[in-house]
Amino acid sequence: MSMTDSQPPPSAEVQRRMYELMALMKAADDRLSKGISTGEFMCVYWPSRGQEAIPAALGVCLRPDDQLVTTYRGLHDLVGKGVPLVEIYGEMMGREVGACRGKGGTMHIARPESGVMLSTGIVGAGIPVAVGLALAARRKGVDRVTAVSFGDGATNTGSFHEAANLAALWELPVVLVCQNNLYAEMTPVEHTMKIDRVADRALGYGMPGVRVDGNDPIALYRALSEAVERARSGGGPTLVECVTFRFRGHYFGDRMTYISKERLAEAEGNDPVPAFRARLAADGVCSNEELDRIDAAALAQVNEAVQAVLDAAPPPVEEVARDVFADAENCPA
Amino acid sequence: MTMSQALNLALDQALERDDRVLVLGEDIADPAGGISGITAGLSTKHGADRVLDTPISEAAIVGAAIGAAMDGLLPVAEIMIMDFIGIALDQIVNHAAKLRYMTGGRTPSPITVRTAVFGGRGTGATHSQSLEAWFMHIPGLKVIVPATPRDAKGLLTTAIFDEDPCVFVETVALYAQRGPVPIAADFAIPLGKAEVKKPGDDVTIVSYGRGVIESLSAAANLEADGLSAEVLDLRTLVPLDVPAILESVSRTKRAVVAHFATRFAGPGAEIAAIIGKELFGQLAAPVERVGARFTPIPSAPALEAEVFPNAELIAAAARLTLGKND
Repeated sequence: MSMTDSQPPPSAEVQRRMYELMALMKAADDRLSKGISTGEFMCVYWPSRGQEAIPAALGVCLRPDDQLVTTYRGLHDLVGKGVPLVEIYGEMMGREVGACRGKGGTMHIARPESGVMLSTGIVGAGIPVAVGLALAARRKGVDRVTAVSFGDGATNTGSFHEAANLAALWELPVVLVCQNNLYAEMTPVEHTMKIDRVADRALGYGMPGVRVDGNDPIALYRALSEAVERARSGGGPTLVECVTFRFRGHYFGDRMTYISKERLAEAEGNDPVPAFRARLAADGVCSNEELDRIDAAALAQVNEAVQAVLDAAPPPVEEVARDVFADAENCPA
Repeated sequence: MTMSQALNLALDQALERDDRVLVLGEDIADPAGGISGITAGLSTKHGADRVLDTPISEAAIVGAAIGAAMDGLLPVAEIMIMDFIGIALDQIVNHAAKLRYMTGGRTPSPITVRTAVFGGRGTGATHSQSLEAWFMHIPGLKVIVPATPRDAKGLLTTAIFDEDPCVFVETVALYAQRGPVPIAADFAIPLGKAEVKKPGDDVTIVSYGRGVIESLSAAANLEADGLSAEVLDLRTLVPLDVPAILESVSRTKRAVVAHFATRFAGPGAEIAAIIGKELFGQLAAPVERVGARFTPIPSAPALEAEVFPNAELIAAAARLTLGKND
């Protein structure tokens, strides 16, 4: 913790921007929840509600040309990196306007123009890919940073181990962002590892490890900006463990039988989105009118995107055969 | 030159001509130059930042290659021994093979994974396998298995610059084999083009990799009995040169598919099914398949020889199609 105390806090402008992102992420997740529950539309998704502060802080710390690797629970990460909502929703709902023409679905959204290089459905598998992206940046001599987002569960995979070791060994410009939401699928984190802090694993690889309150945008900004700056200036990778909570279970529809009602209520009482809003108002960073405008704008943006996607066409059937290979000659049927 | 030299030259020339090429793997840098010396001299000539020694981390090696490829580099990742490729399978199958398709073409992954079959040296069950069938089965991967030094160089060059992920399967038993090799840097053999290594009229032996060498030996054996076998070297399993297979077998009316991979559910099964369907009324005999027996590969040379196919077995299979067995 002491490492990040020396980092300057974010400016008012940056704080406002983080709240804008959080409001949009919350509205986007809420709209999906509502739409699926009422039968307005159907899609599978892995909700990120409750974890908004992390990608909001990351979003303001990264440059547009910095890259992100994320997971199937990536809605908030994608919004934080600037992927247009219509492309996110479009992909989730199998429309041609989706980021990947409806071919990848919720789990596999990529938008290289926004720096989102990979969303993976395989827990832990994104970290090796992030290492490669960072390796490419170094080969090209650009000071680009690669951030990779993953959960607590991923840190128990062999892929994480191999990639973290390699990132540290080669001193690559990677920021490893662990969104520890205290559950790996349906198993609480304390049942999946002997140690208490994911950040302590960093020592074993020879990289700095930081644990931060994943619901506090200002603390996150400090920790992530330091890690990003370290990577960008050639100082190598950092493991940033951000402790948070997920309000809607592993997949949408998860009855969360494995989380006590008390625990969930307590977590929802610490909801980072209204908490940050209240803090901004109390600190005089934003007026209530301004915050209302931000909330309304988020809602409007989300509703507009949903309508655009519902009006959009599914991909044409010819799309099935496209892009197995660069060219289709002698491709098996 | 030898196949080893041909592969080394292909890598050297690729590194020379295109800054995007990167080679990574275990023990590949100098002084070791790779477990079989295939990458000897490359790190000294091209730099340790382009020919990268890695820890024993197959998933990270291939995953890093994939990330670098997504960003526009042309990485060549080595999996030292094909039996180790299981550790990297997730990255190969779930990322490399699928990225072009599931991102709607936005982030393809043009990696080359070089790996080597160590079978036939008594190294035992976890260091001897031919696993190319696994990769044929995954849509989005190209699978290449050269049998000669010339093909090794030409196909590796093509693989490195191919826009799709390629699994390039080398065979240690063939590394010392000598043959003529075009030394031009731009010498490239297109994927999906089989080659008749020996023309014939009476039976087609379809094979690849080490199987080609044994098939040629079988063909010589058959020739002595006045039987004319055509040996068709597939060179690539995906894309598969179905037109060449059908062209040959429609002439000879008989086919043997031979490979060192396990016969059961091996690549030969797909090829035999294609021949059987497309040429059903024209075949003079059922398609024969020759492959390794359905066992883990034993270490003792006397036992290993029982498991792997050889020229005699291939010739016997050919005779079976010709109704000439005793």
